[in-house]
Amino acid sequence: MFAVVLLLIVSAFTFWIFSALPSDPAALTCGKNCRPEVIEANRERLGYDKPLVEQYGAYMKGIFAGRTYGEEGASVHCPAPSLGYSYDRHECVTSLIASTLPVTASIALGAFVLWMAIGVGLGTLAALKRGRWQDRLATGFSVVGVSFPTFFLGLMFIMIFVIWTGILPFPRYTGITENPVDWFMALILPWFVLALISAATYVRMTRNGILEVMNEEFVRLGIAKGLPRKRLIVTYVMRAALVPIVTIAGLDFAFLLGGALVTESIFNLPGLGKLTLAAVVNSDLPILVATTMVAAVFIVIANAVVDVLYGYLDPRVRVK
Amino acid sequence: MNTDLVLEARGLRKYFPTGASKMLQRPTDVVQAVDEVSFGLRRGTTLAIVGESGCGKSTLGRLLARLIEPTAGSVLLDGKDITKASSRELLALRRDIQVVFQDPYACLNPRHSIGQSIGTPIRIQKTLSRADEKARVRELMALVGLNPEHYNRFPHEFSGGQRQRAGIARALALQPKVIIADEPVSALDVSIQAQILNLMEDLQSSMGLSYVFIAHDLSVVRHIADQVAVMYLGKIVEIGDPTAVYERSAHPYTKALLSAVPVADPKGAGERKRIVLSGDVPSPVNPPSGCRFRTRCPKAEARCAAEEPLLIERESGHQVACHFPL
Amino acid sequence: MTLLSVRDLNVTFGTPEGDVRAVQGVSFDIEPGETVAIVGESGSGKSVTANSLLRLNFGADVRISGEILLEGRDVLTMTEDEVRSVRGSDMAMIFQDPLTALNPFYTVGRQIGEAYAIHHPGATKKELREIALNSLEKVGIPEPLKRVDQYPHEFSGGMRQRIVIAMALVNNPKILIADEPTTALDVTVQAQILELIAEMQAQHGSAVILITHDLGVVAEITERVMVMYAGRVVESASVENTFAVPTHPYTRGLLKSVKSLDTARHERLEPIPGTPPSLIKLPSGCPFHPRCAFADSLGGRCSSEAPELRIVGSSRSACHLPDERLLGLMGGAS
Repeated sequence: MFAVVLLLIVSAFTFWIFSALPSDPAALTCGKNCRPEVIEANRERLGYDKPLVEQYGAYMKGIFAGRTYGEEGASVHCPAPSLGYSYDRHECVTSLIASTLPVTASIALGAFVLWMAIGVGLGTLAALKRGRWQDRLATGFSVVGVSFPTFFLGLMFIMIFVIWTGILPFPRYTGITENPVDWFMALILPWFVLALISAATYVRMTRNGILEVMNEEFVRLGIAKGLPRKRLIVTYVMRAALVPIVTIAGLDFAFLLGGALVTESIFNLPGLGKLTLAAVVNSDLPILVATTMVAAVFIVIANAVVDVLYGYLDPRVRVK
Repeated sequence: MNTDLVLEARGLRKYFPTGASKMLQRPTDVVQAVDEVSFGLRRGTTLAIVGESGCGKSTLGRLLARLIEPTAGSVLLDGKDITKASSRELLALRRDIQVVFQDPYACLNPRHSIGQSIGTPIRIQKTLSRADEKARVRELMALVGLNPEHYNRFPHEFSGGQRQRAGIARALALQPKVIIADEPVSALDVSIQAQILNLMEDLQSSMGLSYVFIAHDLSVVRHIADQVAVMYLGKIVEIGDPTAVYERSAHPYTKALLSAVPVADPKGAGERKRIVLSGDVPSPVNPPSGCRFRTRCPKAEARCAAEEPLLIERESGHQVACHFPL
Repeated sequence: MTLLSVRDLNVTFGTPEGDVRAVQGVSFDIEPGETVAIVGESGSGKSVTANSLLRLNFGADVRISGEILLEGRDVLTMTEDEVRSVRGSDMAMIFQDPLTALNPFYTVGRQIGEAYAIHHPGATKKELREIALNSLEKVGIPEPLKRVDQYPHEFSGGMRQRIVIAMALVNNPKILIADEPTTALDVTVQAQILELIAEMQAQHGSAVILITHDLGVVAEITERVMVMYAGRVVESASVENTFAVPTHPYTRGLLKSVKSLDTARHERLEPIPGTPPSLIKLPSGCPFHPRCAFADSLGGRCSSEAPELRIVGSSRSACHLPDERLLGLMGGAS
C-alpha cells in the first residue's frame, strides 16, 4: 500500500523533472532542419501539446491500458503496459526495456552471487584470522577494490583476458536461451568487475560485523556453555552478523537491476544501463522517464522484500 | 511550611506515544511516563525521587529542567511558571536550573579539554569574558576537588569519579538555584560514591543549592535527602521526610523496596523479614487500572482495581497513596 | 579432595600502553557446595579471575600463569576440547547483563536445550524440549509451555536472568560462577534473583562463586568473602568476620563508605580518598598504600614491600600492620 503511493509520487516527480528540462521533445523528433509544421504535428501526435497534468494522466493510463499515438492511418500502438514511445528509435519504450532487461538481470544476478560469495567469504576469513596474513590480505583487497574505478578495472580485464592472453572472446551478449555457454562467456568479465568492486565493501562490512558480534555477551555465553567453535561461529556469530548485510545486499542488488551504466558500456552489453546512456546522449526523454521509473520500482520492491526478510531473519522486529 | 519553595511541580504529566505510528492506523498506545505528579522543593534542601526503572523518575527530572515539555501541568521556579516560558526566558532559566547526569563521560565532549567543557555554559550564556571564564573554571575545578592545573586535560584522562566532579563543576558554572542530579553516583565505584555525596552536601551548605536527587536505590538517598518521594509507574506513591518514609513507611511498595535492598550486615540479613515482590514492574503502556501497584501488592483487594488511591496526608509532611496503608 | 584450587594465578593483558596486570598471585580453594564471594571495585581483577576459571579471557595478548585445579586437573593446561567439556557442565556461568547474554535469534527453549545437548550428544529433540520446560518451571517462569517457544526480547530483565540461570543449571554443574548477576536488575527483582540462586544452590548442591561490587549482596547469600584490590586478594574471611572484624584497611574503607540504611540523615560519610590505581602503573609495594590512612605509620615499608596474605585472627589479610591493630580496625578512629 505504502509502496504504491511511493511509486506514484516517484513517477509524478520524474515526469515533472523531465518535462521541466529546457529541450523541446517535439523538436527532437525530426532532426535539425525540420519545418515548424512537422514539429507541431508531431507535438500533437505525441500528446506534448496538452497540459502537463493531462500528459501524466495519459501516461499513467497507458501503463494500464496501452496507448495509441497519432491518428489512424499513421498511428503507432503501444500495448499495455505502455511506458511511452521513443521518437528517437521509433519504438515503444516498453519493448525496448523488455529486450534490455534480461541482459541487465543476467549481469546483476551473476555479479550479486559472486560478490556475496567473495565479500562474505573473505570477510569471514579476515575476521576469524584477525591480525594474521589472511586478514591483511583481505583488508588490502578491500582497500584496493574500493579505490579502483569500474571503467579502469573493466578496461584492464579486457586488456588482460581478451587482448593479451586471448583466454576469453570479446564479450558479445547472447541470450541464455540461445546459447548458455556464450551467455556465460560474455558475462563472466562484467560479473567479476562488478563483483570485485562491490565485494570490497562487503569484505569490510562482514569482517567488522563478525568482530562486533564476537564481542557480544551472548557469544561469550555460548562459549561458556561449551559450544564447539565451528557451531558457535555458524549459529551464533554468522547468523547475527549477516542479518544487516543481507538487508543492505538486497538494496544493492536492486540498484544494480536499474542498470550498470559503465560496465554495460565498456563490455558493450545491450542492457538497461546502455539504453539509458544512449537516451541521455540523444535526449530521448520517454526512455529516460521509463528507465528511471523501472529503477525506482526495483528499489521500492527491494525495500519491501528486505523489510519482510528482516522480520523473518530477526525475531526482534517480527510483527506481533 | 510552604513558605519558601524554590521549585514546585503541579499536576505534571508526560505521555509519550509509542512506536512508529504508521500511516492509516489508529492512534498508537501511550506511555504514561509521568502522571499527575505534584510536590514542592524547599530552598536549600534536597528532594530525592526514588524508584525502579520505568517509574518515570528520569522523565520527571527532564521535565523539571524543562529539557522536555510536559503534556499537562506546570513547573514553578520561584513562583514563576517555566512551562510557559518563551525561548529567551528559557535561556535565562537554564542558568537557574542545571542538570548532573549519571554518566559524566557521555556528556563531556571527548575532543574538548575538561576546562573547556566546564566553561561551556559560561560561553553559551556569555556571562563572562574569555579570560574571566578561564579563571572562573579554575576556581570551579578547585571547588569540586579537581586540580586546576588539569584544565587542558581530556575527559579520558580522568577517572569516573573525577569526571563526575567535572560534571558537577559545569553545573555550578552559572551559579544555579536548583540542580537536578539524575543518578549522579550510580555509575561509580562504592568508595567513590561517598566522595561525591560528601562533595554535593558541602556545596549545598556553602552555596545554598537546592537539589532534586534522582536515584533507584533508597540507601544512597538517605544521607542526602530532606524529603523523599517514592515513584511507581509514573506516580508518587509516598512522599515525606526520610525518617517518616524509612521508619514509618506506609505504602506496601516502599516497604518492599526497603526490604529488597541488600544490607551489608550478615546478622541483619538473617533476621530481617524480607518482602520479595513477585513479578516485574508492568509496562507503563496501559498501566493497571485503579492502583498501579495492585498487580504486585500483597495487600491488594477489589477496591484497588476499581478506584485509584490519592496521595493523602497521614501525618504532617508525610503523604501516601494507598487504600490500605500499613 | 578440594573441588577447585586456584594457585598463584597471574593474568596480564598486553596493550599498546603497556602491560595491564589484571590479576596477581591469586590463590584460593572452593569446597563442594559452598558459596564464596569475590568482592571488589572496577579494575580489582574479580571478573578477570572468574573468567580465567573457564579460560574465557580473550584478547590478542593474554598471558596467564599459575594453576586452576578442578578436581586435580589443571584447566590452564587442558586442550581446547577438554576445556570445552568443562564449560557449562562442570562449571557454568551467569553473566551480568541478561539483556545481552541470551542469543536474540533463537527461542529460549532452544537455547536451554542446546546447553544440555552440547554435553549430552545423544539427547533427542523431545527430551531437550522436556528438559527446557522443566528448567523454566524450576526457575519460576510462569506458563512454561507458552514461554518455551518465545524469544529473549519477549521477556523482562528479571525473567531473562532466570532463563540464564536455568541454562547454567541444566547440566548440574559442580560450580556456578555468577558474575554480578543482579547488578543490571532493579532492586525488587534483584531480591528475587538472589533468592533463586540460593534456592537452586540448595537443590543442586553446586558451589557458587559470586562476583560482585556490592557488599550488601555479599551479606545476603555468601559464607566466605575474598576482597580484591588492584588485582590482588587483600583479605579473605568468613562473611561474619568480614563485616564485624575487617582485617584490611581497604575492607574497612569499603564498609565505611557503604551507605547503610541505618545511618542518620546528613551524617558525614567516610569515603576512601583518591582513586583506584592504574593497572599499568601500579604503585610500588602495597597497591593500596597511596590511599591508606595507616601507611604513614609504618615508615616506608608499605611503599617498598608488597604484603603477603597471612593469618590474622581467624581471617587472612595482606597488610603490614601488626595483628592487634588490624583486629581493632573498626573500633579505633583512623
